[in-house]
Amino acid sequence: MNPRRKQRLAVVGIVGLLIASAIGLMLYALNDSIDLFYTPSEIIEGKQGQMPHVGQRLRIGGMVVPGSVSRDSKSLAVSFDLIDTGPIVTVTYTGILPDLFREGQGIVATGVLTSATEITAQEVLAKHDEEYMPPELAEKMKGIKHEKPANMPITDASSSYQYDATPKLESNSKSKPELEPESKFKPGAQ
Amino acid sequence: MWKWLHPYAKTENAYQLCVTLQPWLWVSALVCLAVGTVWGLAFAPQDYQQGDSFRIIYIHVPSAILSMGTYVAMAIAALVGMVWQWRTAYMSMIAMAPVGAVMTFIALFTGAAWGKPMWGAWWVWDARLTSELILLFLYIGVIALYGAFEDKQQAGKAAGVMALVGVVNIPIIHYSVEWWNTLHQGATISKFDQPSIAPEMLWPLLISLLGFAFFIGAVTTIRLRSEIVRREMHRPWVQKLAHETSENS
Repeated sequence: MNPRRKQRLAVVGIVGLLIASAIGLMLYALNDSIDLFYTPSEIIEGKQGQMPHVGQRLRIGGMVVPGSVSRDSKSLAVSFDLIDTGPIVTVTYTGILPDLFREGQGIVATGVLTSATEITAQEVLAKHDEEYMPPELAEKMKGIKHEKPANMPITDASSSYQYDATPKLESNSKSKPELEPESKFKPGAQ
Repeated sequence: MWKWLHPYAKTENAYQLCVTLQPWLWVSALVCLAVGTVWGLAFAPQDYQQGDSFRIIYIHVPSAILSMGTYVAMAIAALVGMVWQWRTAYMSMIAMAPVGAVMTFIALFTGAAWGKPMWGAWWVWDARLTSELILLFLYIGVIALYGAFEDKQQAGKAAGVMALVGVVNIPIIHYSVEWWNTLHQGATISKFDQPSIAPEMLWPLLISLLGFAFFIGAVTTIRLRSEIVRREMHRPWVQKLAHETSENS
């Protein structure tokens, strides 16, 4: 390479490095504000030493605790518990839940903190993981049975999916919630 | 080592390369897109959670991956233009820009259409969605900056600087789902792990991805050819070419 090109390459490289590190530092400083939501443990134990205060508007993301969903029979009001690694936060919501909402599912709710462990939500969004597989495989690996929402009995509105209550579910269900994108997919691992 | 590349710094050789490549790119693009989309939309199995709605993945993921891929290619072209000062470098940069912008738009649009029924929202300001939107603005910025200069050599330099600076956004888009809490799920195929998708769903996705790549290549060669002809209008070889074309028709 001739010296002029070498010099130009060096200048471009150094400027690029400076810009990259400036933006890196900026993002590092903004780290907490870029997070879309608080996890239940961050609400109860505080995030970076700061506790969210009652009355604060915030988003929470966690996994719906199986068995915690309770619905009002006369209205659209629903309440459920969210968990990540330990602490549990209760969310109450009035409105239509997304199709993917079900027990064991990751969800993100926007609302107001009404007490230390309670949130009244105005919006509930479903989060899904990065795994895609046919229903038969899911049934074999996870013990989740896919049923079309249309076939559902109206009385049981808790979920369009039924967990069959065999010990297989116990052994396969993740002890950790699915919020971290690190689930392993191994077809035929069973 | 890169000696074989040097002839393409000349506009005439680059033009000829485009002419040679173009039919192959079109044929491959059409074959891959037809096979990938028909297989994916009609024959791949349903997803266990999302049913048929997941099939938009066969458009969303290829366009999203290639919106980033095209940007990197554009930035490499800008780097070559800046350091080696090839005449064709900035031309190919600007030939790629609108194609990449359209890919980014498709990724955002299909993502919104997918997000509404699955998540329950068209748009959320999470790190992944926001950084992809910034990518669209970067593309538009490069195109606008290039258009703002009368002198196209100058325009290429300015737009090239912008393209190079913007490249820091690419790793941010890719790792956003790991660095921060987002509504968007983690990576399914672009990771150093086994893909988290069943093989019978993965194959059509990869073929569709290839099809999108060939399609971008094909459109870029057309745009590069016309850009070369427009910029080299007064060169004898272009005028000869123009005469031959008008005599044949």
